[in-house]
Amino acid sequence: MLRRLHKNQPDSFEFSPANLAWAEKQIAKYPEGRQASAIIPLLWRAQEQEGWLSRPAIEKTCEMLGLANIRGMEVATFYFMFQLHPVGDVAHIQVCGTTSCMICGAEDLIGICKEKIAPNAHERSADGKLSWEEVECLGACSNAPMAQIGKDYYEDLSGEAFTQIIDELYAGKVPLPGSRNGRFASEPRSGLTSLTAHAENRQAANMSVSLATEKGDSISRITEG
Amino acid sequence: MSDLRKMIIDGAEIDVDPGLTILQACEQAGVEVPRFCYHERLSIAGNCRMCLVEVVGGPPKPAASCAMQVRDLRGGPNGEPPEVKTKSPMVKKAREGVMEFLLINHPLDCPICDQGGECDLQDQAMAYGVDFSRFREEKRSSIDPDLGPLVGTKMTRCISCTRCVRFTTEVAGVSEMGQTGRGEDSEITSYLGQMLTSELQGNVIDLCPVGALTSKPYAFTARPWELSKTESIDVMDALGSNIRIDTRGREVMRILPRNHDGVNEEWISDKSRFIWDGLRRQRLDRPYVRVNGKLTPATWNDAFAAITVAAAGKKIAAVAGDLAPVEAMFALKQLVEGLGGAVECRTDGAQLPAGNRSGYAGTARIEDLDTAEMILLVGTNPRAEAPVLNARIRKAWLHGAEVALVGEAADLTYEYHHAGNTISALTGMADKGVSDETKEKSTIVVIGQGALIGDDGAANLAEAMRMCEVSGSKLLVLHSAASRVGAMDIGFTNDSALGALNEADVIWNLGSDEIEIAAGAFVIYQGSHGDRGAHRADVILPGAAWTEENGLFVNTEGRPQLANRAGFAPGEARDNWAIIRAASAHMGHALPYDNLAQLRAALFAAVPHLSSIDAVPENEWTLVEAGQASSAVLRSTVSDHYQTNPIARASEVMADLAKLAHERALPVAAE
Repeated sequence: MLRRLHKNQPDSFEFSPANLAWAEKQIAKYPEGRQASAIIPLLWRAQEQEGWLSRPAIEKTCEMLGLANIRGMEVATFYFMFQLHPVGDVAHIQVCGTTSCMICGAEDLIGICKEKIAPNAHERSADGKLSWEEVECLGACSNAPMAQIGKDYYEDLSGEAFTQIIDELYAGKVPLPGSRNGRFASEPRSGLTSLTAHAENRQAANMSVSLATEKGDSISRITEG
Repeated sequence: MSDLRKMIIDGAEIDVDPGLTILQACEQAGVEVPRFCYHERLSIAGNCRMCLVEVVGGPPKPAASCAMQVRDLRGGPNGEPPEVKTKSPMVKKAREGVMEFLLINHPLDCPICDQGGECDLQDQAMAYGVDFSRFREEKRSSIDPDLGPLVGTKMTRCISCTRCVRFTTEVAGVSEMGQTGRGEDSEITSYLGQMLTSELQGNVIDLCPVGALTSKPYAFTARPWELSKTESIDVMDALGSNIRIDTRGREVMRILPRNHDGVNEEWISDKSRFIWDGLRRQRLDRPYVRVNGKLTPATWNDAFAAITVAAAGKKIAAVAGDLAPVEAMFALKQLVEGLGGAVECRTDGAQLPAGNRSGYAGTARIEDLDTAEMILLVGTNPRAEAPVLNARIRKAWLHGAEVALVGEAADLTYEYHHAGNTISALTGMADKGVSDETKEKSTIVVIGQGALIGDDGAANLAEAMRMCEVSGSKLLVLHSAASRVGAMDIGFTNDSALGALNEADVIWNLGSDEIEIAAGAFVIYQGSHGDRGAHRADVILPGAAWTEENGLFVNTEGRPQLANRAGFAPGEARDNWAIIRAASAHMGHALPYDNLAQLRAALFAAVPHLSSIDAVPENEWTLVEAGQASSAVLRSTVSDHYQTNPIARASEVMADLAKLAHERALPVAAE
């Protein structure tokens, strides 16, 4: 995929005070003269702050690290996880389209995205709230098909479940991550067949789901460093 | 080199330095390994995979020989030396595979490609590739960035070796190029498609192993096999870069660098490389004589007659410009001094000490910069005065040398300590002295013409030499004129310097276009271009440019080098020494040589060290007298790098570059 900077760029970019402090902490991790190594954490944090990487954000990051702009550009265009186009204000939905998910119905999910969000990947919905893209394997094959929204996985999706998630996001609600067919994690659907003792007294939901429940937020982009 | 390692390459045993890569070891063994991304003067990238070899006993896959050191090789179980094969079936198959992959997206446009005939990919595809492709899909298309007026792009041909990226970043010191995207969509480009700003960008054309980066001014004009190649010397700056001049018929089609580790390594500046269109414009191709205030075409005999009449019994002086070869200056000096006149070469007013070679050529060699641990620049901007030398200082800086500058600050592509604007900063350093530790180090003081011009030039030089004594440094005098050291060597000077011109009735101007000659005197201008000097002339004698005659040039470190004739001068223009010899006969003072060999014999008899071509003589250290230093800011004498001499001023390419450089220097307009 040919990746270019978006045609509409903001005039400037500044890290928020908290993120700036965090970024300086990251830079300090590297020995003198090796500050350039902090490029990926900083670009990532800039993306978490804005949702996507703008040209001022790349240039600001390079300036902080004493790098030529082209070096930041090389990194930002190399990694597909860096979004070079504005994403939805509420969420950017990353639907896994690799083999397992595809066999289990990822193409239907993508069809729903096209219908409910925007006809093309990396485009924002009409109200600017959502955007979507198809991504390569996210490593949750036993829970296929799945999608990543923010930092959380939404697994074992059916068309209806996925539609409901999108509707909730549009409505300003926070959908709960995790499996949509009642599984705790990636155990067999019929229940545990081994290590069954672990099923006793366990939490109601897995860590990712409980964390989202506890915080009441699953799509917030920044976690404490 | 004491710790050599035994290894076997293709069955032959060889002892190599374990720090070398397998590819370098193969080169020592005389075994050719094909490569695209590897270049001995750039960092190792290891991304073209063309240099794959088989390491016996290693992992069962081919290894990239450019990125694997000899010391990492494992010997056999019974103490046999490690073995590398470059001709095994595995290597053959690997090379064919790599070549097939490289050619997947490479267009078959060799017939319309400027690189055709001198293309690494073409050659290596013939030698190591296969004659078919299994690729049936569409080839990649790509956008060609506009890198400026010098480097043309055709990025579909790019094989992503990243030599250009590494060169601009590492050697030229401007991080402007990069490889963005990934996989099939990766592209070599400049940041947001901006033009390159380096003075050394032309070298990426040579480095590009394919036709992706080509010379824009040379585009589609000639094929390499129809060009005559002449090895010569560059005169665009005082570095004396070794060049190869490619000509077709009489015309210079392009200029390429030659390798000389002691001078220019294998780089040349853009001014040296793209100057050749200036050799075709504004040329003086016949003699002119001023009649009734107007320059009118004349024959050689008319011109010589006019000179003979004008000079009869008058006080004569001669001045030599920046591009004059030593032979012509030597002949002119003998003629003018024989007529009782004075000669002068320090046209910029630099207070170079006549007869003191350690003061005008210094004691350091350019090569010494590589190993220098501290470099002190005084009154110079090497980036503008000699970009290739600047790249060398940058190389030393990358290897850990400290650089300090006394004089006006400028962007030199490396970090330096700015000690101060005036000579007092240097005086302070010399007074303070240096620690014994620093004295042990290899240090070099580079003094530029910016510190030597003006009334306090001699005092500044004395300060620099004192600093050398205090710190045990070597001195490098960085000149901005290719002819200057040669002129000083033959003593093309007089005691009153340029003052001699004011007293003379007749001035023989050998290609100096940068000086103002006051009204009154009768001026004979001998040169190649109709520039400023020719306008203020009463007689114009058309001379050959440096590509059109054999000439000796002494570079800034004092290394005599021969420039060879690559073509003939236009029209009636003649070799400069021959013009002076012919004029001398007319003036009744015939010089005692009838050909260049005799002239050189006389020259070498007078100045013996010039006969040791390509050798840098050791100069006896002679201090110059200290003087009263002033508080003037030391500025480089080169304010417009691309317009320093008449050939450059006649060149359209140089005019474009000068315009772009000027625009870059302007403050950005508020939006």
